[in-house]
Amino acid sequence: MEIKPQGSGGIHRTAVGVADGKRANEAAPAGKDERLVQVSRVTKLMQRPELGALMGVIAIFVIFAGFDATPNHLWLAQAGLAAWSQQAAFFGIMAVPVGLLMIGGEFDLSTGVMTGATAIVMALLVGHAHWNAWLAIAGTLVFSALIGLLNGFVVVRSKLPSFIVTLATFFIIRGVSIGGVLKVNSGSTQVSLTGTSFPGLATATDVFGSSFAKTAALPSGYQTAVLWFIAVTIAGTWLLGRTRFGNWIYAVGGDANAARNTGVPVARTKILLFMSTSLAAGLVGIISFTQADSAVSEQGVGYEFYYIIAAVVGGCLLTGGYGSAVGAALGAAIIGMAFQGVIYAGWDSSWDFAFLGIVLLLAVLVNTFVYRRAQRARR
Amino acid sequence: MSATAQTPATPAEDTPLLEVRDVAKYFGSVNALQGVSLKVHAGEVTCVLGDNGAGKSTLIKILSGVFQPDAGEFLIEGRPVALAGPREARNHGIATVFQDLATIPLMSLWRNFFLGQEPTLGWGPTRRLDVGKALAIMRDELSKMGIDVRDPNQNVGTLSGGERQALAIARAVYFGARVLILDEPTSALGVRQSGIVLRYIMQAREQGKGVIFITHNPHHAYPVGNRFYLLKRGQLMASVRKHETTIEGLTEMMAGGTELAELSQELMGLTAGAGAPDPELAEVARELTREAQARSDGAAP
Repeated sequence: MEIKPQGSGGIHRTAVGVADGKRANEAAPAGKDERLVQVSRVTKLMQRPELGALMGVIAIFVIFAGFDATPNHLWLAQAGLAAWSQQAAFFGIMAVPVGLLMIGGEFDLSTGVMTGATAIVMALLVGHAHWNAWLAIAGTLVFSALIGLLNGFVVVRSKLPSFIVTLATFFIIRGVSIGGVLKVNSGSTQVSLTGTSFPGLATATDVFGSSFAKTAALPSGYQTAVLWFIAVTIAGTWLLGRTRFGNWIYAVGGDANAARNTGVPVARTKILLFMSTSLAAGLVGIISFTQADSAVSEQGVGYEFYYIIAAVVGGCLLTGGYGSAVGAALGAAIIGMAFQGVIYAGWDSSWDFAFLGIVLLLAVLVNTFVYRRAQRARR
Repeated sequence: MSATAQTPATPAEDTPLLEVRDVAKYFGSVNALQGVSLKVHAGEVTCVLGDNGAGKSTLIKILSGVFQPDAGEFLIEGRPVALAGPREARNHGIATVFQDLATIPLMSLWRNFFLGQEPTLGWGPTRRLDVGKALAIMRDELSKMGIDVRDPNQNVGTLSGGERQALAIARAVYFGARVLILDEPTSALGVRQSGIVLRYIMQAREQGKGVIFITHNPHHAYPVGNRFYLLKRGQLMASVRKHETTIEGLTEMMAGGTELAELSQELMGLTAGAGAPDPELAEVARELTREAQARSDGAAP
C-alpha cells in the first residue's frame, strides 16, 4: 500500500530538495556552518507527515493477520487484498482531496452525502432522461463542480467557517436527494435501471465500475476503483509537492493573510479545493452507480467523517498548513483494512465505530508527538 | 492634472514611480487616513514617520494593495491605477515587507521565498515548480545580503526573528522591481541588525528602486532618507526633503516640543500626587522638560 513515498513532495525533504541542500553545503566556501546541526536520517523520516499512518497500516495489517478467523486465511491471500483495497478505494478517493482541503485550512461536510447524490444524478440521467452514459458522466461532474463552486464561493465571500456552510449544504442536498427523488422516481428512493438498452453504459462500466486482474486464484479480480484511488493519490501528491497550486494550498492553510499579502490568490485556491472534493464525490458516485446499476438516496451520509478521519490519521493538520496526500491515502487504507478485518476476524461489526474512534485518537496523539519532534528538528 | 499630458512633457526620472494624491481611508466612523499625498521617486528613499496610530500602517496597506483607498488617486509612473490586491501590486513591481513579515512558519525557506511567484517548468498539466532554479535564485539573493543558507528545506518557523526578517527583505528586494516598501523593519531589531537593514535600504536605492521606509525612529530614517513625510492622526503634518532639515529638526517635528513639555508636566503631577513619590518617574519627567527646553531653543525653523 506504499504509494511512491519518495515522490510525495510535502513541505519537507523531497528527493530533489535533499540533493540540492547537500550541494549548498558543499558549495559553502567556509566549510560547514557550525550552527547546522546534523539531522539524522531517523529524524528526517520522523518529519514526514505520513509516517504515523504508515506505521498504522503495518500495525493494523499485522493485527488482523493474527485475528483472521477465515478457514483459508483469506487476509493474507489475494482475496483479502482485493476486499480491503476496494473498501479503502472508496474512502481514499475522497480522503485525498479532503486532506488537501484540510491542508488548505477548510472542511467539507457535504462530501459524504455528495457521493450518494451524484450517484442519483447519474442514475436519473441514464435511467430517466436516457442520456448516453458518457454524457451523463459529464453532466454528473458538472453538477459536482457546481456544488463545490457554491460551497467555496459562499465560504470565501461570507468568511463564515466552512464547517457551518458545508453543514448547510449537506442538509440541503440530503433533503433534495430524498424529496426530489421521491417526486421524480414514482415514490421510491432507489433509482434502478429498468429496460435493456443504455447507450455507452457498458464502456463506462468498464472504465469505472468493473474489475481487473482476474485470475484462477481470484476470479472476481480487483475493483477498477482501486486504480482510481491510486490515480487520485498520485495526482494529489504531484499537485501538493510539485505545482504552484500546491504551494498555495500550504500557504492559505498556514496563514491566509500572509498568503494574500505575498500575492497568493487565496479565494481562487480555496474555491478550487472545494471543487476538488465535490468532483471526487462525483467520481465516487459514478463508480458506485456503474458498479450497482442503481443508486439510493442518503447513500454515503455520515461518510464525511471517515474521510476526515483518514486525512487526520494520515498526518494532515486539522488547523491547516501541513499534511500529505499519501498520508490521507494511508489513512483510508487503515479504515478499509479495519472494516474488512473485523469481518474476517468474525467480530461483531457493531463495534466498528468504537474501533475507529480509538484509531483516530491514537493517530492524533502520534501525529502531535511526531509533529512536535519535527518542529524541533534536532537529534 | 491629466497624466497623459504630463508624462511626455517631463523627463522620465521626474515622474514619480508611485504617487498617491489625497487618499483617504475610513473604518466605520473613524477616518484612519485623510488627504494624504505622497511621491516615490526612483533611486530615492521616501520615509514615512509617525507615532503609533498615526496611520502609517493604513497608508502602507493602501500602497501595497491590501486596502483600496476610499478617496483619492493612485498613480504608477504617472498612470492612474486601482490595485485589486497585493498580487496586482507585485505584478506592477511593488513589493512590501510587512510588519508581520508575511511568512508561513510550516513552509520551507524556498517555498516561502517564491510564494505567489513560483518559477515553473513545462506547460499545461506538466507545468511544475522549477525547484532547481528557485533554490539557485534564493541562495543568490540571500548571499547578496550576506546570509548563508544553511538548509533551503528548513521550515521558516525554525528561523530566528532576524533571519525571518532577512528572508522577507530579500524576497521583497527580488520581487519589487520598481518599488520596495518596508513597514517598520527596524522596530523589533537590535542595533547591529537595524544597521544591516539600513544597508539593504541603501542597496535597493542604489539599484534605482524607489524605497518607502516606514518607521517611528528618526535616527533610522534620517541617514538613509531623501524625503520625509510626517503623519499624525491620519493626516500629513509635514513633508520635507533631506537638505531642508536636520536630524534634530526631524525629531522635533515628530514629537513636538510643546507636547513633550505637556507630558513632563503631567508626569510631574503624577509623582507629586502619589503617596510615595517615585524618584525614577520624577527623573524621566525632568529629562522630558530638559528635552523640550533644548528643542524650543535649538530648533528654530
